Amino acid sequence: MALTDEATLAGDLAEHIAGHLAAAVREVAVDHGELVITTTADDVLRVLSYLRDDSRCQFKALMDLTVVDYPTRAARFDVVYILLSIATVQRVRVKVATDEATPVPSAVPVFSSAAWYEREAWDMYGVYFSEHPDLRRLLTDYGFEGHPLRKDFPLTGHVQVRYDEVEKRVVQEPVQLAQDFRSFDYLSPWEGATSLLPGDEKVKEGEADG
Amino acid sequence: MAEAQIKPLTLNFGPQHPAAHGVLRLVLEMDGEVVHRADPHIGLLHRGTEKLIEHKTYLQAVPYFDRLDYVSPMSQEHAYALAVEKLLAIDVPERGQYIRVLFAELSRVLNHILNITTFAIDVGAMTPLLWGFEERETLMEFYERVCGARLHAAYFRPGGVHQDMPVGMDADILAWADKFPKFIDDLESLLTENRIFKQRTVDIGVVDREKALDLGFSGPCLRGSDVPWDLRKAQPYDAYDKIDFSVAIGKTGDCYARYLVRVAEMRESLKIIKQCLADMPAGPVMTEDHKVAPPRRADMKQSMEALIHHFKLYTEGYRVPAGETYTAVEAPKGEFGVYLVADGSNRPYKCKIRAPGFAFLAAMDAMSRGHMLADTVAIIGSLDIVFGEIDR
Repeated sequence: MALTDEATLAGDLAEHIAGHLAAAVREVAVDHGELVITTTADDVLRVLSYLRDDSRCQFKALMDLTVVDYPTRAARFDVVYILLSIATVQRVRVKVATDEATPVPSAVPVFSSAAWYEREAWDMYGVYFSEHPDLRRLLTDYGFEGHPLRKDFPLTGHVQVRYDEVEKRVVQEPVQLAQDFRSFDYLSPWEGATSLLPGDEKVKEGEADG
Repeated sequence: MAEAQIKPLTLNFGPQHPAAHGVLRLVLEMDGEVVHRADPHIGLLHRGTEKLIEHKTYLQAVPYFDRLDYVSPMSQEHAYALAVEKLLAIDVPERGQYIRVLFAELSRVLNHILNITTFAIDVGAMTPLLWGFEERETLMEFYERVCGARLHAAYFRPGGVHQDMPVGMDADILAWADKFPKFIDDLESLLTENRIFKQRTVDIGVVDREKALDLGFSGPCLRGSDVPWDLRKAQPYDAYDKIDFSVAIGKTGDCYARYLVRVAEMRESLKIIKQCLADMPAGPVMTEDHKVAPPRRADMKQSMEALIHHFKLYTEGYRVPAGETYTAVEAPKGEFGVYLVADGSNRPYKCKIRAPGFAFLAAMDAMSRGHMLADTVAIIGSLDIVFGEIDR
């Protein structure tokens, strides 16, 4: 019951936003009762400011900002802004596609909380936010190289650190695994198999003829 | 004599400092005793939880959530379980929902005891900590009885909870809930009107309504700034919509208001716990959908199919249909959210964890500017920071 109510509310809001921001948004959808807006890097600040200031939206808080990596796509990253409106009890996700080279304008002028979220996104995925006041790495070690949450970054990382008794300092070395990294293929033979048994194709042929 | 330009003194606070609540390295630019700029350096406890979750099945990801905010483990499993259930479109039986609410509230008390008492020790009061840890021990015994572990519970699973409460436990929780207000009264008699405590906290680290929202605050820190926002009321999950409780708010937005909100929340939690115990129906605690729920242990002793089923569920796991959701719960510290992207396989494609403490620590600079060095300690204490969840 609750889900349908939320979905209707989100649907109304989706129509409202699509009506007012038609030029700036690519798509407004409701997925699992949650509002999702897709836009472009050029328009994202306009969309975010509108969502914050419009009297029917009032998304005053940026709760989270993250990136999803799809390495097979040309624009491999989706930057996702998760906004919350406490006046209308609604959430919205704003998505912007980008790649390693294309910067996304920083949302710090619209939401102060974006500052650290964007630092984290830069650190973990290497998405560049232009005009950010202080885009340093956040979570990784001083002097770390690479962007660990990218899908092409290995789970084990590239370097390991230990304290060297001779040099009296912490040294970095390439990762050495005592045991090969194990990655299991969980594809179930019951659910995953698509190949036909020899001769099965004749069933279809018969249907087409008859 | 010409005026000399004095460069601000840079002070390194932590990462091994008792008032840093874990491994916070705070680089402070000071003008005498006054903080000009605070630059928290975090990540010393970064374990790559989100990366690890991408390489585990949905069930194997549950224990990672205990290890985020390790003073309120079950609340975080709650967010993850709700997110997976939303994608799977399964419902939790009513008893399971009540048990979850019951333990989420026990976690809240567990968390607030730790926060209030460590906050008190940061500003100079030793006794509450000693008293509080005794109470925490009682609560962790409840954790242990229900799931076998004091901290790393892995009790809330997608579909419900792992197993039902042991016989007689509801009576014990009720007995505890009856005598716990005495502890809150004692705690308040030591702190609430204490002159030193108030001098250290009143008007320190003030955040107004607009600023609190702009900084992405949630939970007691947001409510302390006079914003009546509680996900348990606003977007009720599990059995919260059937339970009667009030939301505590503070009026001033300073460290003292955040403390008062937490004390009031502990009293409200007791109300919720008592209602849960009174209203809890009998019945299953885990969904009957056997694509997700394991077979009964007794069946596995008799039935080969049940044994195979169990093996497949715990090795291969279940597939979650492609889709994405952002699901949040009112964890003791604030809004704990899980942004889960499923690609139809048995492992999450992406799992972003929204930790409330992250936004609080990001606000350290804005909050501590112009305050004295000792006040930053009070601010850190009042924000309820735990590095397990901030660094992830």
